Amino acid sequence: MIVRILGEGQWEVSEALLEVLNALDQAVESAVETSDTATFGPALTALLDAVRSQGTRLEDDSLEDSDLILPPSDASLDEVRAMLTDEGLVPDP
Amino acid sequence: MSLMKRLRLIFSAKANKALDRAENPNETLDYSYQKMLEMQQKVRKGVADVATSRKRLELQMKQLQQGSDKLTNQAQQALAQGREDLAREALTRKSGLAGQVSDLQIQHAQLQAEEEKLTLASQRLQAKIEAFRTKKETLKATYNAAKATTTINEAFSGISEEMGDVGLAIERAEDKTAQMQARSGAIDELIASGALEDKLALGGGDDIDRELASLSSTTDVEAELARMKAASGGEVTAGEAPKAIDATGPDEAAVDSTVEAERTKEEP
Repeated sequence: MIVRILGEGQWEVSEALLEVLNALDQAVESAVETSDTATFGPALTALLDAVRSQGTRLEDDSLEDSDLILPPSDASLDEVRAMLTDEGLVPDP
Repeated sequence: MSLMKRLRLIFSAKANKALDRAENPNETLDYSYQKMLEMQQKVRKGVADVATSRKRLELQMKQLQQGSDKLTNQAQQALAQGREDLAREALTRKSGLAGQVSDLQIQHAQLQAEEEKLTLASQRLQAKIEAFRTKKETLKATYNAAKATTTINEAFSGISEEMGDVGLAIERAEDKTAQMQARSGAIDELIASGALEDKLALGGGDDIDRELASLSSTTDVEAELARMKAASGGEVTAGEAPKAIDATGPDEAAVDSTVEAERTKEEP
């Protein structure tokens, strides 16, 4: 399973880690939904750290697309919310 | 659905939209490659723009620091001449500048971080461009059936995702730079409009300088007067002479008058 952290690169992560990632992801998502900025930062950091520490980094010249995409480490709650809307921050290729 | 899946879907929806625009697989390959090269230009320009803003901040920080150093000197001179009120005024102004400087330092660190991120994004993109160029030629050479279309589309998704990522990084850096440019423009305007002029005029003579200068010229006069009186054997009034000798001001004023004298000599 390939995971991209926006602004950093891609990691190969074992399927077994998916459950852990989902739980961490859930925390970020609910922080976004409830606009809980205090929880949002640490929750995002925990999620990204799990990917970085458990995954294996792909080479820069890899052309594979990812199964999961995560926000940049310094993203604000509002930015993440905007990214999730269709016309949001993600530019057209 | 989880946030990470939703983000992924948004990226792939954008990739699919781009794919739909292409007429055939070969066109997709060339189109993608072209787009990547354009993106590389954009990210390089992004790095240059952030660097320009960073250098501008550095210049402003230097100006503010010079202003601050000058105020320290003024405070020392004022204290040496027993003018605590003037010294206090200089130090008050200095603390105002210190606030500006530390604000600029924070912005500077943020810009450096953006610059670094974009530089890394550019390196990653370059690696992908090279890999994709090789893959593109291979795919073109072996392209013969619908099967190739799948392979091509897969390769396209991968680089499209990277381009979305890089594009996002560029937009975020641009936003941050624009915010900082507005603020650093405000500081330039403050300097230009004279609100900070007194604090920043370097060697130009602000109000504190003028007071210090008039203090030292007063002590000069007293010192000369005392010397003349002593030379002519006249009585020196107690209290005046020691004050004049102790003063640190005259040196600077003496240099000034020497310069002035030489300037007068040069004139026809």
